Amino acid sequence: MREARSLQTMKLGTYYVVELPEPDDFEFWRERARALIQCDVPPDRIAWIEPGGSGDLFAHGERRAPVPAGDAPPVRANRRFVSLAKNAALHSDPERFALLYRLLWRLQANPRMMEDKADPDVRRIEELDKNVRRDSHKMHAFVRFRLVEDEETDGEHYVAWFEPEHHILRANAGFFMRRFANMRWSILTPQGSLHWDTETMREGPPAERADAPGGDPMEDLWRTYYASIFNPARLKIGAMLKEMPRKYWKNMPEAALIPELVAGAQKRESTMVEAGTLEFEERPETLAAIDKAIHACRKCPIGELDNQAVMGEGPQNAALMIVGEQPGDQEDQSGRPFVGPAGQLLDVHLEKAGIDRQAAYVTNTVKHFKYVQRGKRRLHQSPGAKEIDTCRWWIESERAIVQPKLVLAMGASAARGMLGKTVSISKARGSPIALEDGSELWITAHPSYLLRLEGPAREEQARLFDADLAAVKERLEELVG
Amino acid sequence: MLNQSTGRRTRSVSYEFSAFFLRGLGKAYWRTYKERMASQTILEKLAILADAAKYDASCASSGTAKKNSLGSAKGIGSTEGMGICHAYAPDGRCISLLKILLTNHCVFDCHYCVNRKSSNVVRARFTPQEVVDLTLAFYRRNYIEGLFLSSGIVKNSDHTMEQIVEVARILREEHDFRGYIHLKTIPEADAEIVHRAGLYADRVSINVELPTDSGLTRLAPDKDARQIEGAMGRVKADLVEAKDARKRFKHAPRFAPAGQSTQMIVGADAATDADIVGKASRLYDNFRLRRVYYSAFSPIPDASAVLPLKRPPLIREHRLYQSDWLMRFYGYKPTEVMQATEADGNLPLDIDPKLAWALKFRDSFPVDVNRATKEQLLRVPGLGVKAVQKILASRRHRTLRLDDVARLTLSITKVRPFICTVDWRPVMLTDRADLRTMLAPKTEQLELFAA
Repeated sequence: MREARSLQTMKLGTYYVVELPEPDDFEFWRERARALIQCDVPPDRIAWIEPGGSGDLFAHGERRAPVPAGDAPPVRANRRFVSLAKNAALHSDPERFALLYRLLWRLQANPRMMEDKADPDVRRIEELDKNVRRDSHKMHAFVRFRLVEDEETDGEHYVAWFEPEHHILRANAGFFMRRFANMRWSILTPQGSLHWDTETMREGPPAERADAPGGDPMEDLWRTYYASIFNPARLKIGAMLKEMPRKYWKNMPEAALIPELVAGAQKRESTMVEAGTLEFEERPETLAAIDKAIHACRKCPIGELDNQAVMGEGPQNAALMIVGEQPGDQEDQSGRPFVGPAGQLLDVHLEKAGIDRQAAYVTNTVKHFKYVQRGKRRLHQSPGAKEIDTCRWWIESERAIVQPKLVLAMGASAARGMLGKTVSISKARGSPIALEDGSELWITAHPSYLLRLEGPAREEQARLFDADLAAVKERLEELVG
Repeated sequence: MLNQSTGRRTRSVSYEFSAFFLRGLGKAYWRTYKERMASQTILEKLAILADAAKYDASCASSGTAKKNSLGSAKGIGSTEGMGICHAYAPDGRCISLLKILLTNHCVFDCHYCVNRKSSNVVRARFTPQEVVDLTLAFYRRNYIEGLFLSSGIVKNSDHTMEQIVEVARILREEHDFRGYIHLKTIPEADAEIVHRAGLYADRVSINVELPTDSGLTRLAPDKDARQIEGAMGRVKADLVEAKDARKRFKHAPRFAPAGQSTQMIVGADAATDADIVGKASRLYDNFRLRRVYYSAFSPIPDASAVLPLKRPPLIREHRLYQSDWLMRFYGYKPTEVMQATEADGNLPLDIDPKLAWALKFRDSFPVDVNRATKEQLLRVPGLGVKAVQKILASRRHRTLRLDDVARLTLSITKVRPFICTVDWRPVMLTDRADLRTMLAPKTEQLELFAA
């Protein structure tokens, strides 16, 4: 039946030429294609020409649309085809309308053809659709508005210059309208322009880059953000280029930074790694070896000062280890721990508590004296958390050899050296903390703290200090038995 | 960096090295340092607070409720379901949101964190209004999809959380901002404040930080695993309740329509991939998370001595994400992913976990592409979800040959040993002992990827 009718209506040999008014006019294509299918015009008898395309080759073609017979069957197209075709029509490929017609033609015979993903025509339309969707997505992402003060309306006007690859401008007007509904904005492209005044959308002629503003002060902040959010230790240029190809860079203010960031990345990373790398060798096995090693230690900046390392002293099998903060001026000069004012005060209180200093191993958390020079005087500086953490290696090595049953840490630095975290002395003092090796840690204030106080405050702190020492003495007797 | 002659901070790309200069400065310098803090410009603060935020992996802006500003009196912004990456940094990561900290002052002392109390990095602090202005200025120029706000803990958890919520409140209520907002919530903060955060935000997240409780105790002494999970549980309850309310009342308020997510640091403690996958699947099950992000522990300025710095284990991170995909989209159970690990409990680095699983369970292959179920096809190395859908659609129309499959996949070489078609059987291939070597990418490629 269909065969017979087509023989009657088809003009054999007629060549149809369809000129599209706009390169993205899907509706026009749809109307013409519907009529041509109904007149049974096969795909190879039609030339689809977009504006600017050369129609001369087909000078003798039939330019009027054919009129289908009144009883021509309706053209069938499924939803999948229409949704793909709407996007594919925006592609810059000149063959796109011919491809769409060929698919529509074949769909009439095989309505389920779109499901056959291995078919070359189906694969091609899917590819076009994918390219157009990607181009639209990149437009949503990479359009960069620049603010200009509008003299006419005395308001803010945001203007962008963008170069899409396909004919996607009009199709994406809605996205920017919905997003920036209450902003006056224009998007200029080589194919046309869009202008939104918060109420209506106006289309304009193609524009040039020079029509768009050249900069925006806010771009300095944006570039700062871009540079700062980049982690130089994770350089993956390929991954960046895959999603943000070079062709987009020229219209993105932040892209100018990329070469510089990439070039500096490895240096920044290795600087960070080196600054944090602690390559200690094997743990020393004797106290003498530790003594030798700490004199050579330059793992933190304190070691670089004009000072000498001060080793702990006392019996190697001491049950009690007393840990201070760091050597002071006098300790540094004599090379022995706790010989200065704080050491003398410590001796007084130890004696009062009945603890024999000679039987204890006395040492410091940080091995070198940290100071700032003020004229002829060297003023004590507290070690930083990083320096304490770095120096833990040595106090741990000493503990491993001496194996004390009880460690008395005096002051916040010593507590951090033992625990690896900063604790509050007032909260931590007075009760034992179990250490991993089975020994006990007691925390108290540093005697130099007492030296800094005066009057009742000092008396109160001295009382607490004595109480701590008394508790340590009592506990030590229990432990040693 | 500090300019030696003038003593003033010069504007520089990175503030990381400033810690080096500040270390060892005496108390005499402290006053001038404080003055400098007070006079920091927005640009300087942004540099510091974005730098401090870059270790958070997530920058997603997808999967939230659709909204736009059309027809509103002064509103700005839209979310249309699909996330948009407005730029990519040279680390290959998407820049979708303005990801900053409100402040990098912090009372916590977590060893892996650049902002910990004991770190010597330069500190800065934004006011909520400054963050709002910056967000809107960036948004209007189409630089971003919205804001991802986190913060160091200042004063206490409640105060910090209040400040974070205040930023979201100004954006939503005073500016009718309809873009994306992701708020980091603080587990120790009051539940009521966290709840308000969810009412303004598209997504809320709480970082579990480390895969094991022991790791957390050791490296984040101020945090508590139970507290973190408790907070995630409360967020889940809020999510469920809000969803239920919206079914019954059209105008019930939304609560974090893009759900909650979390992040785990990989490579800072001794946890194996099996531990991590196990933890992630428990989190997915218990707290209905949208995503578990993995962040390869990377060198930070002024690092804690507890953590030796190495190049970040980026490939390991990548393998964990692949395993995450296997569980979320390919129907693998966590136990099956764990089966793909090697003797040391880690996933192989040279091949992807799906291939590793297939090589271990060769009796499940070859799979006949013309007959196999969707579940079976999804297990074939080299076949993605889309390729499987295409195969299922195409085979209704034709009996697939190897060429047809080749057209539907990226690389037929990878797929071939595991499938049969009418014209192809991998006779001995599937059982070859050196199959792994044949299919593993060349080492040069691996190096290139790692760089």
